[in-house]
Amino acid sequence: MVRLRFFASLRETLGTGDEQVELPGDINDISALTAWLQARNDRWHAALDNTRVRIAVNQTIVKPGHPVRDGDEVAWFPPVTGG
Amino acid sequence: MIRVQEQDFDPGSELELLRDHCAGRAGAVVSFTGLVRDLNEGDAIAQLTLEHYPGMTEKALAQIEAHAIEHWNLVAAAIIHRIGPLAPNDRIVFVAAASAHRKDAFSACEYMIDSLKTEAPFWKQEDTPGGKRWVTAVDEPISS
Repeated sequence: MVRLRFFASLRETLGTGDEQVELPGDINDISALTAWLQARNDRWHAALDNTRVRIAVNQTIVKPGHPVRDGDEVAWFPPVTGG
Repeated sequence: MIRVQEQDFDPGSELELLRDHCAGRAGAVVSFTGLVRDLNEGDAIAQLTLEHYPGMTEKALAQIEAHAIEHWNLVAAAIIHRIGPLAPNDRIVFVAAASAHRKDAFSACEYMIDSLKTEAPFWKQEDTPGGKRWVTAVDEPISS
């Protein structure tokens, strides 16, 4: 299982902030995982089709080519606005 | 010292804690306190709500603090960030740096608040007369 996290405007748009999914065997990096989620429907496609969306694996920011493995926690979120 | 909390903090008490911790080794303490403004992009702000990524937030803040301590040879540092609903004039963030001489404390304090704004996973949502809206990042987005 992989834990998927979505925050702020992405969480609202997608209607979920936290879910567990079984990783399909042919998905082994973040790009493929994102594309697989985008295939869910148009809303998912549009929300994740944004170069401003940041991705973290196990709470560290990564690039789209980063590998993903069973047990990982993967998060998608907009640019941060704290401080 | 890193803290992410819903409740308010007292900058005076935090500075005293920092001073106690320095025990004579610091000659300067510089701090920054961020407040919630009642106006943003021309709209009145009734409330600001801070969302964060528990776990990753603490990790990001600890990295920022550790880098500041190492780079400016600080005696001590503190970062406090509030989450949840906040009203105008509420304190939102506190950053402090203690060093032997003032220049390092000024530089480290500025580094910590600037980094926090682009590296730590916090998101602000504003409550305006036109409804709720997410604040858009103006600084460079979080680095990869």
